[in-house]
Amino acid sequence: MGKPMKIRAAVKDGVTEVKILMQHEMETGLRKEADGTLVPAWFITEVKAQYQGRTVLEAQFGQSISKNPYLLFHFKGGAAGEKVTVSWVDNKGDTRTDEVAIAA
Amino acid sequence: MNTSNVNKAILMLALAASCTVQAAENETTDSDRIAAYREMISDGNPAEFDEMRGEELWKTAAGPNQATLEKCDLGKGPGVVKGAYAELPRYFKDTGKVQDLESRLLTCMTTLQGLKEEDISAKPFASEKKASDISSLTTYVVGQSKGIKMAVSVKHPKEKEAYEIGKRIFNYRAGPYDFACSTCHATSGVRIRMQDLPNLSSNKKDAQSAYTSWPAYRVSQGLTRSFQWRLNDCFRQQRFPEPKFASEATVALTMFLAVSANGAKYDGPGLKR
Repeated sequence: MGKPMKIRAAVKDGVTEVKILMQHEMETGLRKEADGTLVPAWFITEVKAQYQGRTVLEAQFGQSISKNPYLLFHFKGGAAGEKVTVSWVDNKGDTRTDEVAIAA
Repeated sequence: MNTSNVNKAILMLALAASCTVQAAENETTDSDRIAAYREMISDGNPAEFDEMRGEELWKTAAGPNQATLEKCDLGKGPGVVKGAYAELPRYFKDTGKVQDLESRLLTCMTTLQGLKEEDISAKPFASEKKASDISSLTTYVVGQSKGIKMAVSVKHPKEKEAYEIGKRIFNYRAGPYDFACSTCHATSGVRIRMQDLPNLSSNKKDAQSAYTSWPAYRVSQGLTRSFQWRLNDCFRQQRFPEPKFASEATVALTMFLAVSANGAKYDGPGLKR
């Protein structure tokens, strides 16, 4: 299982702002060690955010995304106390899901 | 006007427009853009992960004594972490020395946990391959001083002495390049490549914002870097010999820089390019 994410969600004027900080190496698979061996690719491929069982964001990530990716997005609706769930899957099939309550 | 002329005219207009945009963009400096970038990702500082790791280490029993660091006295009493960094370096009675956060942690790890000082200072900085415990602990402790005003004392004669030594080191020219810290950090408005160089000796605001934003997560290195690391790298850039980890010289220099930052709110762990 992957390392925990940091998620913040806050609702303002009917729009929820979600900030996600993921903990991941995001190896491109193009980098070499000092001895010339290739560092194998290891990166998040899919990110999904759900609000009350409804998918509010689906993203495909690739090698060009930095280490420890940070993602900010908005969606209409949301109320204080309700949950936002974020999960990712990486190219090794590893996955991580974290949940946060929306702040007012 | 035939078609090709029309096309030319449009092209000219487009060029003119792009020039205007260019001019407007030049008015915002690179440091403005860096500031905007920092602002944008300020809620997403990966240093938080290192803080989490450090907190875990602080509370986990380790070493031959199987003790946690929760009894470690960082100057505000055993176990008090909140606000401790804003008053460091300081004089500690038990060791009879002025210590910065990292040298103090070293003391706690050796006395409380029974770890060997040589083992800790052999690899005090995080690398791509391996995280460093003392570095993560540092990140955790500094995070507990966020928003607290820097108030480093020079009342004790030893503290005053460390400050004076630090000041001398700051201005000490040596090495193959005849460099001193002050070579780059005692003039306002200079930069190296696209980075503004803070004037640490005579510009209070520069000195405050520089000191209070370290330790920091270095985006280009993907690692959270401690203040000892920062100083080490400064010495490397000056082509000085690498200082011993948590040595008196680095503590004295930290003392000088910390005192220059007095009065400002501590704002770390920061985020650097």
